[in-house]
Parts: sequence; structure tokens; C-alpha cells
Amino acid sequence: MSKRIKELLSQPGRTFNADELSALAAYFRIVMFDILHDRGTGHWGGAASSAELTTALYFNRISIDPSNPRWEDRDRVILSKGHASMNLYTILAHRGFFPVEELSSFRKLDSRLQGHPCMNKLPGVDMSTGALGHGLSVGLGMALAARLSKKNWWTYVISGEGCLNEGQSWEAIMSAAKYKSEHFVLMIDYNKVQLDGTEDEIMPLGPLADKLKAFGWNVAPKAFNGHDTKEILDSFAWMDSDDVWPKAVIYDTVKGKGVSFTEGKNTWHGAVIDDASYAKGIEELKSDLSKKEAAL
Amino acid sequence: MSIAMRDAFGKKLAELGATHPELVVLDADVSSSTKSALFGKAFPDRFFNVGVAEANMVDIAAGMATAGYHPVVNAFAIFLALKATDQIRNTVCYNNLPVIIAGAYGGLSDSFDGASHQSITDIAIMRALPNMQVIVPSDSAQAEKALEYALTQKGPVYIRLNRNAMPDLPPSEAIGTVCAVEGTDVTIAANGITASFAMEAAALLAKEGITAEVLSVPMVKPLDPAPIVKSVAKTGKLLCTEEHVLAGGFFSAVSEVFMKQGISCKFDAVGIEDTFTESGPYEPLLAKYGISAENIANRARALCK
Repeated sequence: MSKRIKELLSQPGRTFNADELSALAAYFRIVMFDILHDRGTGHWGGAASSAELTTALYFNRISIDPSNPRWEDRDRVILSKGHASMNLYTILAHRGFFPVEELSSFRKLDSRLQGHPCMNKLPGVDMSTGALGHGLSVGLGMALAARLSKKNWWTYVISGEGCLNEGQSWEAIMSAAKYKSEHFVLMIDYNKVQLDGTEDEIMPLGPLADKLKAFGWNVAPKAFNGHDTKEILDSFAWMDSDDVWPKAVIYDTVKGKGVSFTEGKNTWHGAVIDDASYAKGIEELKSDLSKKEAAL
Repeated sequence: MSIAMRDAFGKKLAELGATHPELVVLDADVSSSTKSALFGKAFPDRFFNVGVAEANMVDIAAGMATAGYHPVVNAFAIFLALKATDQIRNTVCYNNLPVIIAGAYGGLSDSFDGASHQSITDIAIMRALPNMQVIVPSDSAQAEKALEYALTQKGPVYIRLNRNAMPDLPPSEAIGTVCAVEGTDVTIAANGITASFAMEAAALLAKEGITAEVLSVPMVKPLDPAPIVKSVAKTGKLLCTEEHVLAGGFFSAVSEVFMKQGISCKFDAVGIEDTFTESGPYEPLLAKYGISAENIANRARALCK
């Protein structure tokens, strides 16, 4: 870890700017790539896709207390695309929920870092996920609980195409519109690549924004670049811009982002990072981090 | 004759709403059938009718449960057990969340609607899920007690409810096994509404000089084997009865315990065989598929030969 990244991570409570978030995400990608290679199991494609989104959310926006993970007024985040668990774990560890060293226990027997996130094992996980399509319904329940309790916490659900293939997601989309749930946000990590192939080959979702609007959601006026932290911060500003609920933001992302030969490739959904791929990929990730550190 | 379980359960929900601010109720567009509408009328802010979307309903409830609420989800038993299995397993049970799954129209009690609406596999499904408790009340009073009990629990509870007015059983203090009829010749362990048929069977057998001991056993999981084991130690014969297929339900639960404890006895079971059921008036329908006082008496008599 460079001195600069170390310095940033030593001040987790403060709000980071776009360049800092970008450098942090680049660093987290290296951590994820390292561990997925070491462990020989896990999902690189989706984890790399959501790296900037989760970094910006946890290091710029949400109200949480790592020393009190179940603080009742905290903002809630559900990683509905639970296979990106390595991304969530990396963020939570560096945000102070558990020791960074524990990341290397990923998917080992007795580890708190299950293949997919488990809320009762690992601090900071607001909901266990893995089976796709649950996040929006559970998140709606959390948002309705905030209303019942007269609290103002926000509930963010991060979904990918897989979640939106599931019929349950559309049941939840209908019902969230019925209840106009305050502070309820769907963040779509829209990388357009699924496990078996591209979205167009497997299950076309478009026109996604129009569909969500037709279902009664307040959809951001443009799709944001989910790897450009300046754009992600713009999307956060849009979330705060009016009081019309529920809100959806579509982020254009790239599956396997950051390593040229994994980008946009469905085969890298859950492929093992072998030694040759690691050697090549880690150089690209390190070079990306250097550029981003230089921009700080 | 008691009031129907669903009426008793709906009234109890509305009554408990006043003393349990954490109680929230969800329904999937069948609240006038499940009677959860009574709660909805009394506490509209804590009532959520989410439409015909059982899977979504269960997960919404789970989300509420993570934030201090104690939700009761209501729908037909068959649709909760089959359309929301993933949500009940992966969200509610895996996270051990206090969600009460109220399965209405259990067993064959939605008799005229036919096999598509008759819940004959729900107990097997719910019983297999880690962290889940399973209660099949025998009458309205037990249904109310089941709800009170479930509200004291920190994890999920499945309560299977019947649609129709059925006979009352002898009252009991808590939800648990009740000895409804004492006897020494044969033990009938009866689950859910089959207990009333078992009591009738015992009366038939008594006329022939056979004294059957009838245990009403609503708690399928965790199953307390002690009262059944104690009774069988006396009678040496056990007949299990249930309104469910004979694979994986109450009979299976009792068999597992007996095998594990090495208890050997003359043994039989009345329930639905490996078949789908059909439309018809409730009691004749039950009888056609083996659940009647006469058939229970026949099978108990055979054990005594």
C-alpha cells in the first residue's frame, strides 16, 4: 500500500472527493484481484464492475458507524448482486468493520467471509444475499420500516442485470412505486454482461430507464458512468435534488473493469484468476493506481 | 363447534396490534379470506397489502424484521410454501429473522377450489428449513395461542391455519401436546384438525372395548417426543394422523425420532398418500383421502389385532 493510500484510509470518517475515491477504488481493485487469485475462487467480473459505486457510497455518502454496525439509524446498503461479495468485503474491511487481514480468509472453512454475504456472520452486512432478485423487496421493507419508525435512514439497493432478470424484482418495483418509499434508491450496476453471455444474448432489459419510469419510479435523467467518480458524485447530488420517491439510477459500467482482457467478458463472471492472468492483470491495475495517485 | 381458525386468528391479530407496536401485518390480496383485513382496519398504518406477490411480501417483511418489527405475512399456505420458498429459506430462515408465516387454507380446507389450492406439502417444506418452527393448530384456541407464542420468538415461525369451523378440543394452557382422550390400547398422535377425527375414532373404538389414547400434537418442529414416547410405552402401538402427504410431514417427524431413539412398536399412519387431491365438500373430501373418524378407527383397530 502506498503512503498516499495509507493516508487516505487513515481518515475513513471524512468525505472524500472524486479523485480520492477514484484512487481508493483502483487500490481496492488490486486487493480484490490479489485475493481472488490467491483463493482461486470468487467472482471478479461483477466485483470489478461495482468498485467505484461501492467506494463512493461507503467513503463519500452513507451514514454508518463501523464501531456499531447495527446502529439503528444507519443508512442501509443491500448488495443484491451478492456474487460481488469480494467487492463489498474489501470496502467493509477498509471502512473499519473488520480487520483487513481477514480478507484472506474469503471462502475458507470457518470464515466470516462467506461466498456470498451473510449478515449474521460479518459486521457491516445489512442483508445476506446470493440468490438473485431479493434485494429490492428486502430494501423496500427497510424503507417502510424507516417510515413506520419516523426515521430518516436511506436504503440503497445495488442490483445487476441478473437481479433484474428475476420476476421478484419487478414485483418489488411495482410495490415500491405504490408506497412511494422515501429515501429508497435502486442503483443499477448496468454492465450489460451476464454469466452466459451479453445481456442482448441472454435477456435484453432495455429500454431500462423507460421501463422503470413506466412503473412509476423517479429515474435519473441520464445514465451515469459508473467508473467515473465525478459522475457518481453527480448522481448522488441528483438523489438529493428532489423529494420524489422511489429513485433509480442507472450506471453504465464494464464487467471485469480494470483488466483489459477481462473487460466485457462473460467468461470472467466467476472464472478463476490463474497465475498467468494474474501476472498480466496486476500490472495493468498497478499502472492504473499509479496514474490515479499522481492525479491527487 | 368452534369459530374457524382464520376468524380467530384475524381477531387475535387485531387484538394484539394494540399491545404490540412492533406487530406489522402483510397480505397478498387475500386479506378478506385470511381475515388479516381485521388488523388492517384497526391499524391501517401497520398493514401492507402488496398484491398477489407472495415472494415480494415475504422479503418486504424480512426487511422490516431487520429494523425491529415483528411481521406476520398472510396468504394461502400453498402459495407461501411454494411461491415464497426461496424468500422464506434464504432471507427469513438463513438470517433467523422474526417473521411469522401464517399459512391460511391449510391442508384440504380450501376444498372446493381443488388441488391447485390445497396445501399438502407445506409442512414437509417448512420443517426442512433450519431455524424454522412449525405449528399446526388443532382448533381456534390453539391458533390464537400459536400466534401469541410466535410473537415471543426471535426467529421464524410457520403457523398453518384451517379455513373452516372445526370442533373444539379440550383447552390447554400453552401451545403443546394435549392428551385429549386417555386410553391404554393404542396411541393416536394427531396433528392439526385430524385431532377431532381421532377423538371421534376413539369414541367409536370405545364401543368395541378398545381404549385409544389421543394426543393432539400441534408442534411439529421442534417436536417434543416425550408425551408420545410415554404413551407408546403404555400402549405399544402408534397411529399418526395428519392432513398432509405422508412424506416429510408430521408422521415423518415422529418416525425419525422413534428410529433414532430405538423405539419399536406397531406403527401406522393416516394421511394423504402419494397423490393429488380434488374439489369437493370438505369433510367428504377428507374422508375420500383417508382422513375420517371411521378410517382412523379402522387403522387403529388393525393395530390392535
